[in-house]
Amino acid sequence: MMAGGTIEAGDGGKAERFKVLALPHLDDAYTLARYLMRSASDADDAVQECYLRAFRHFDTFRGGPIKPWLMAILRNVCHAAHAGGARLVFTTDDELQAPPLWREPGDTPEQAMSRRQETDTMRRLIGELPAEFREVIVLREINDLSYRDIATVIEAPIGTVMSRLARGRALLRDAWRAAEGGGA
Amino acid sequence: MNCDEANVMMHALIDGELDAGHAREVESHVAGCEACARELRGFQELRRSMNPAALRHAAPAGLRAHIVGRLPAPRAGASRRAMIGGFAAGAGLSAIAATGLLVMVMRADDQKRVLSEVVSAHLRSLQAQHLIDVGSSDQHTVKPWFNGRLDVAPPVVDLTAQGFTLIGGRLDTLDAKPAAVIVYRRRQHVINLFCEPAPGSMRRAASMESLHGYNVRRWSENGLNLWAVSDLNAEELSEFGEKFEAALRQ
Repeated sequence: MMAGGTIEAGDGGKAERFKVLALPHLDDAYTLARYLMRSASDADDAVQECYLRAFRHFDTFRGGPIKPWLMAILRNVCHAAHAGGARLVFTTDDELQAPPLWREPGDTPEQAMSRRQETDTMRRLIGELPAEFREVIVLREINDLSYRDIATVIEAPIGTVMSRLARGRALLRDAWRAAEGGGA
Repeated sequence: MNCDEANVMMHALIDGELDAGHAREVESHVAGCEACARELRGFQELRRSMNPAALRHAAPAGLRAHIVGRLPAPRAGASRRAMIGGFAAGAGLSAIAATGLLVMVMRADDQKRVLSEVVSAHLRSLQAQHLIDVGSSDQHTVKPWFNGRLDVAPPVVDLTAQGFTLIGGRLDTLDAKPAAVIVYRRRQHVINLFCEPAPGSMRRAASMESLHGYNVRRWSENGLNLWAVSDLNAEELSEFGEKFEAALRQ
């Protein structure tokens, strides 16, 4: 699905700078990819393609925070993959079994279980949002980008970011309430 | 402000994206509108139900290795620190940075003048009731506030656990140029941290100076010149600087 090939041997110093700047955002990139792509392996491919593209175009990076620049490339990769057949739809049951990264210290097993269920539910509900709302929710709530950076990533004015966040959160809130009321 | 506007703007309020004036407008609408107040509470509750750390996905270990494996191999002996400096300096200077040479970016008399400016700005901030433009102990509120106000994103880190409380940020001027100031407090002592964009500056280790009874810790990194100013004793101000630098590297 993704373009293969390796980077031509070139400036090793450039590669070092790129690694120092870009690799700390790998978890952010992978998180966004997991929410935008259908499977873990599609997300893996998308992030690899994103980093290789970013390195090829590293000369055009104008400084400032690199995270929005990387996220914009990743989003384009995901959308292109979507157009090419892989679906931008989230979740299969086995993926929901992935343990959350975070655990409150001192949780009893019951509390840990309940937190884990809540996290799984929230992941699923975010994944079920329409793509245009899902991406702004993930960029804001999980990747912690500012409105201005989100506007850069989705190539839209800040007003659009705000209205999509408002709509996305309203959908998510309703879905969360329904899940809490119906499921718990 | 009507309800339609408030329904969009309240999100910017939750996200700390509003300046003080707009935040007041939203808050005063919500105070007088039960429907919008209910909406706002609902979204705040949703925010509390979302634990960002838990919702993240850690990249598989193999992914990092795979990406690194497809990039050109590094030159031998190039250190990580030199590379950070090299990037900040731009490609033309990276060779110098890689050899570990530090370039003095300011002449000594310039430095003395800026030192006096920094201390004056510190005093002004304490006297003119213009200590903070955005008051928050949340780094995720303070940092975005600077967006659009400066062409540099100042580093804002939470050092509460280390005994330095973040109390907010403001815009100030330094050397007739706009500068970001991040404000911390230790006990009754205010620490003003001035950040001035300095594209092309090399990483520079900290130096401690004192003027009129105020201590100033100055250093440069990642294309920023930083000055921490306080009436705090030199030892604790050094500690602040070290904790701040350590937090940035995490």
